[in-house]
Amino acid sequence: MLALHDVRVFYGAIEAVKGISFEVRQGELVTIVGANGAGKTTTLRTISGIYRPATGSITFEGQDLTALPSHEIVALGISQSPEGRLIFGSLSVRDNLMLGATRRADRATIPEDLDYIFSLFPVLGERINQSGGTLSGGEQQMLAIGRALMARPRLLLLDEPSLGLAPMLVNRIFAVISRLKETGVTILLVEQNARKALEVADRAYVMETGHIILEGDARSLATNPEIKKAYLGG
Amino acid sequence: MSAAEFGQQFINALSLGSIYALVAIGLAMVFSILRLINFAHGETLMIGAVAGVVLADRGLPWLIWLPLAVLITVGAGWLMERVAYRPMRGAPDVTLLLTSLGVSIALQNGALLTLGSQPRPFPTPAVLGGQIPLAGGVQISRVNLVTIAIAIVLMIALTWFVTRTQTGIAMRATAENAMAARLMGINTNTVIIAAFLIGAALAGVAGFLWGSRVGRVEYDMGFIPVLKAFVATVIGGFGSIPGAVLGAYILGFGEIFLVALLPDYLTSYRDAFIFVALILILLIRPQGILGSTEPEKI
Repeated sequence: MLALHDVRVFYGAIEAVKGISFEVRQGELVTIVGANGAGKTTTLRTISGIYRPATGSITFEGQDLTALPSHEIVALGISQSPEGRLIFGSLSVRDNLMLGATRRADRATIPEDLDYIFSLFPVLGERINQSGGTLSGGEQQMLAIGRALMARPRLLLLDEPSLGLAPMLVNRIFAVISRLKETGVTILLVEQNARKALEVADRAYVMETGHIILEGDARSLATNPEIKKAYLGG
Repeated sequence: MSAAEFGQQFINALSLGSIYALVAIGLAMVFSILRLINFAHGETLMIGAVAGVVLADRGLPWLIWLPLAVLITVGAGWLMERVAYRPMRGAPDVTLLLTSLGVSIALQNGALLTLGSQPRPFPTPAVLGGQIPLAGGVQISRVNLVTIAIAIVLMIALTWFVTRTQTGIAMRATAENAMAARLMGINTNTVIIAAFLIGAALAGVAGFLWGSRVGRVEYDMGFIPVLKAFVATVIGGFGSIPGAVLGAYILGFGEIFLVALLPDYLTSYRDAFIFVALILILLIRPQGILGSTEPEKI
């Protein structure tokens, strides 16, 4: 479904992503784990067209993404819940969610999707008219995921959805991610919380300083002694 | 100051503030999205007024030439974005500022070449001429009343646009965080163009009102309004549309009542007082009244 081949991304003179290749197949939940600064966020933003790769190709269902503007990539069915949530703080929860649906052609089904998101995250329904900036960190994360879902994505990119959240909320977010996977959404999840990510994922890639250093199915990576030592705390 | 005199000055101030507000909204809108202080925005006002003169010379009635003049102004705003600012997208703020000064100078000289350096009389429609006598010897000029009414209608329309329409909400989202807006699938180009077009339309209307107020049109007539609009946006908080409107009315009231209350020998220093006030605001509350104190996003 999504395939990256030898993608390099520069941040000015710094090479943040140094020639990575990976793929996400239809219906899969794939995770990229790795430490801060490994290039995970840069990779996701490059898929979404925020950054341009210097070399390499990114294809989605055979179509080249590297020359497309962000809004057309969203229109193809790739939406993202970004790192740091990036909620529009001055806009209401409703307006935030509606912005997620910007590129949708089927406007008629928007109300049922809103209901669906409120069933995943009831608190968003309670705060629909509140401005995004007044939500707690956990609620903002729910809003960021809900907003990305409003695009009815076929590929959902989740960037650090558990970052800065209390353990209970982390569990809730991961429960929702598992539930989303069951509904058939293909998910590419970037996480520093490798333990949690490997629990829910089908396959995983490990990134370190711009390279993919390991890949495999999530269960076997979770028991890999090297991974255990470096990312799972022994 | 008698009550009657106060009433008259109050209307004056409201009217002046309304024109500043119409100009300031365009400045604030474009700044909030592009971090561009568009000093050439004053020239859009001038183009609107000049277009009015040229079209009225052709013998068109004002109900025809006014909308045409606004349309021409909108075209000028579109062209400005397309030709001058879009190629500069992503350039440092200082480059953008210099570009806008360059556009401003180029347009002023263009007008100087075609219009000459002599002021031309503005074809103020007859319905805007004269005064309406009120009780207590108060007289209100029609142009002031119309200015206030038009500004209120346009500001209500703008509020509806930014809070109720998809493009308007996308505009606020883009102003808040352009990258997040792009991740939502918002075409930020469309949003930027919309900001220029709306700003230009409001400036075109302001050109008509300003022309009707001062009764003449000159190639450099946009300079003072844009400078005042700039002060208004600084007072209110740069990049905030409600702030720009608030700042514009504060400025309008400040100017009118300074002149009304100061002894005669000081009134010619009106603008000096205004700019001293600006410097004080920048020193004490640089983010303006409604501006946010959020740190600059990286």
